[in-house]
Amino acid sequence: MTPIIALTLFALAVFLGVEVISKVPPTLHTPLMSGSNAISGITLVGALVSAGTEYSTLTTVLAIGAVALATINVVGGFLVTNRMLAMFKPKARKSKGDGS
Amino acid sequence: MSADDVIGLGYLVAAALFILGLKGLGKPRTAMRGNQLGASGMLLAVLVTLLDKEIVSYWQLALGVAIGAAIGVTLAVRVQMTSMPQLVALFNGFGGLASVLVAAASFFEAVGRGQDDLQINVAAALAAFIGAVTFTGSLIAFAKLQEVWNGLVVPGARAINAALMVASVVLGVLMVANPDQRTWFWLLVAVAGVLGITATSPIGGADMPVVIALLNSLSGLAASAAGFVLDNALLIIAGALVGASGLILTAIMTKAMNRTLLSVLFSEAPSASGSGADADEVYAGKVTSTSADEVAMLLDTADRVVIVPGYGLAVAQAQHAVRDLTLSLESRGTEVVFGIHPVAGRMPGHMNVLLAEAEIDYEALIEMDVVNPTFAQTDVVIVLGANDVVNPVARDEPDSPIAGMPILEVDKANVVVVIKRSLSPGFAGIPNPLFAADNSMMLFGDGKAAVVEIVKALTEV
Repeated sequence: MTPIIALTLFALAVFLGVEVISKVPPTLHTPLMSGSNAISGITLVGALVSAGTEYSTLTTVLAIGAVALATINVVGGFLVTNRMLAMFKPKARKSKGDGS
Repeated sequence: MSADDVIGLGYLVAAALFILGLKGLGKPRTAMRGNQLGASGMLLAVLVTLLDKEIVSYWQLALGVAIGAAIGVTLAVRVQMTSMPQLVALFNGFGGLASVLVAAASFFEAVGRGQDDLQINVAAALAAFIGAVTFTGSLIAFAKLQEVWNGLVVPGARAINAALMVASVVLGVLMVANPDQRTWFWLLVAVAGVLGITATSPIGGADMPVVIALLNSLSGLAASAAGFVLDNALLIIAGALVGASGLILTAIMTKAMNRTLLSVLFSEAPSASGSGADADEVYAGKVTSTSADEVAMLLDTADRVVIVPGYGLAVAQAQHAVRDLTLSLESRGTEVVFGIHPVAGRMPGHMNVLLAEAEIDYEALIEMDVVNPTFAQTDVVIVLGANDVVNPVARDEPDSPIAGMPILEVDKANVVVVIKRSLSPGFAGIPNPLFAADNSMMLFGDGKAAVVEIVKALTEV
């Protein structure tokens, strides 16, 4: 990629992100943060390549650290978001009773 | 099709899944599915990455993933909902540090292979800076929320922050100009790390949701910067999406406080101006104290009750007691809803998560703009651990430090019951005339104990 193409991708993704997320109800603010944080764990794919390249001891150690940290974000982030959203599911107990 | 093509196409599908996932996370009905789509995108991205021909050995990957997965699962399964702000802060920090390390490994490798590419060097400097600020800033936020350390508050913090910013720019330029000298990279990381500490330390209390949302955005931008270093389109796109989502939340939070991002960051906290009225003058002889029995009698005859929770609800862990109160009132045919201020609590959506944990239907949690016009038809409002967000001064007195901040207009209700330990001021440091209003009464005590007593008294009415 040329730097201009990379910048274009970045700018378009920011616009897309703003459009897609602009009207999130407050109930979902926290799950949105933890879920998007899990997505920012995408650094994992870069870390995996660096860790497996075996270029030098230093880069390998740094990359293994990055793999571990990014995996915490990915695994922990998606799991905890799932846990929170499970609480938001409409309740089976029907405490309010329809139409009453 | 070559392995590179498979990887590229896999990344394209993954990016699409991330976009659909974030879109799904924006609506209660689709949020669960959105999160699963995001996770599937991540799994796909990781699987196709393993095809990369540059990977010559896999044990390092297995080691890193095993460590990370074990820690991630433990944190996600064990965390209490009351500790969710801390966990989100911690995850933001890990994301920042991961980006620093990836940028470092990739930058050192590129330089070692004799590449002197301006894009890589500049992007590595940005990833190092943003990532390190995010990491230490998030750790401070975590320490504050966990109440283990209140940060490093030094006089002249603003000047120090400005100096650290300038130093970062200088170090970044030196690093880009001398990519083969690793010292500049690490010095930049160190200085940015200190900046993260000094910039976050003075910010606290009610400003916390802004900081958490901003760090969330920065963790995405750091990942995007790392994408520029690696020349990886998926990192650039996913990081930018997260950056945008965090920025939107930051904007919602600052708007809900009638502040600008700059005034929060440079900690011109409302308390700094301190032109509020004298507490004795506001409260003297006008505060009515009440008892749980009296509140129960009021509630017994009420048709509509609005509960306004604040950070005090989280501190007292009163969410389950509040659920019992709600059920007890609903069984009498009373309508109970919750009025939620956007910045109530310590992170965006904090109250919603807590109340959801106590199995309170999210449809009973009403946003500020929707609940405000209904206070005039409300019999009883219970303010539980909230203060500044219900202070009528913000609406009525143009010279008050919090003037213009949107508030929940609970004073328009028939009766307001404020459950609070004492008359101590909120984060803004100003007295609250609501406590002395004719239609208000104070129920002094611990939030949870007070609600439990009301529920008990209700059964005896």
